[in-house]
Amino acid sequence: MAGPRHISVSETSRPVLPRHAKLKYDETRKVWVILAPERVLAPDEIAVEVLQLCDGERNVGEVSDQLAAKYAAPREAILADVIVMLQDLADKGFLTEAREKTS
Amino acid sequence: MSDVLGNPTIPPDASDSLAVLEKSRSTAETFGIPLAVLLEITHRCPLQCPYCSNPVELDRSGKELTTEEWKKVLSELAEIGVLQVHFSGGEPTARKDLVELVKHASDVGLYTNLITSAVLLTRERLSELADAGLCHVQISFQGVEESLADRVGGYKNGHRKKLEVAKWTRELDLPLTVNAVMHRQNLHQLPDIIQMSIDLDADRLEVANVQYYGWALKNRAALMPTVAQLDECTRIVEEARERLKGRLTIDYVVPDYYALRPKKCMGGWGRQFFNISPAGKVLPCHAAESITGLDFESVRSNHSIAWIWQNSDAFNRYRGTGWMKEPCKSCEFREIDFGGCRCQAFALTGDAANTDPACALSPLHEAIFKQAEREAEGDTNRFVYRNFAGGTLESGNDA
Repeated sequence: MAGPRHISVSETSRPVLPRHAKLKYDETRKVWVILAPERVLAPDEIAVEVLQLCDGERNVGEVSDQLAAKYAAPREAILADVIVMLQDLADKGFLTEAREKTS
Repeated sequence: MSDVLGNPTIPPDASDSLAVLEKSRSTAETFGIPLAVLLEITHRCPLQCPYCSNPVELDRSGKELTTEEWKKVLSELAEIGVLQVHFSGGEPTARKDLVELVKHASDVGLYTNLITSAVLLTRERLSELADAGLCHVQISFQGVEESLADRVGGYKNGHRKKLEVAKWTRELDLPLTVNAVMHRQNLHQLPDIIQMSIDLDADRLEVANVQYYGWALKNRAALMPTVAQLDECTRIVEEARERLKGRLTIDYVVPDYYALRPKKCMGGWGRQFFNISPAGKVLPCHAAESITGLDFESVRSNHSIAWIWQNSDAFNRYRGTGWMKEPCKSCEFREIDFGGCRCQAFALTGDAANTDPACALSPLHEAIFKQAEREAEGDTNRFVYRNFAGGTLESGNDA
């Protein structure tokens, strides 16, 4: 079963795209897309990069650490942007959270 | 990022990191391949809903494309840039090869959606569909209360079965959309339909008021809501959208009879959408075959689907604005609504190039609006059920 339906994104959440939202590179239009029921979203470059890091293992803080290191940018600013973007996606129903590991 | 899809080509507003993919102005005349395509793989259906969106002249099973033909279509769609396919009908699960078709669609990289009445599904078959890669299930409901819902669908115990299949859908971790077609005889159940969607753990609810073509036009007197009913419906949807934000997405389709401006039907003819009929005809809209005098190309012809989309006469006939007559021709909204719905214009005026009478600028608007209002207040409640025989009147008496 999937994780919780409506999530509130914070530094410690470990978000992941739910099964019904698929991130894919569209060869015809040369653009990344998120395929969802009755919707096709066009995430921008940053959103794509964030979503590729959201594997249900890393938490939002760790995702931001990686991006801050890669772009040599202030971590707090990146964290704030990442949370806003992911919360937007969550509010639209296209983000879930990995459950606590039981192992 | 919240519009329904079907919009061709190229990215959006740079300020929105998650914008809906849609056409930019500069490409408006290039008619890129649609993102999603509706596949009506059969017209067979155990239900007999009086507002069915299929044409009144249904394709018999002997005319349906074969498994191999559908697989070839799916491969071709993926190749030319279609991203999503909706398996619809009729009742798509009436085809024995549905699992095989879904599997093939997934294999070629298409996002798959099943639009179903659900009554033919077993848990085992739904599980096979999930394993084949099915991404999303949309189940139609005719109401919340068994006697009314089963009467509208003309199928005994259908409602109970739908509830069961909806539960299996979520147990299999498939996202669920509840599709509720609304009309005068079930609009009072809307609040309960919203609650039912929550109880079923649906992700999305489509509140779709009947659009009056084909079967629904035959049944207009039994289905047309009053203006007061519609206003109440809109109020309920708006309240629920606010209350259920982040929990349930509600898409809302209003009937156009009571509007002053027509809807931009299909996003404009041949601009953002096509569907393929059971017999393989490539159509600008699922009702397009109701317009006589148009010749629709088939996937069985020598032409590719991309060629049919770009070049066939039927797609080009009402594309853009060149075909328009007055009052559309000089209207400031002509690029906004493209004169409304061609099928409705044909059905109500006899000429698909006339302004859709849903538009207040149509000389017929007033008369049609008044007629609809009278019908909504009338006591004709019996349905003409949809079937291959051209329809059967419900037994019993009105009112």
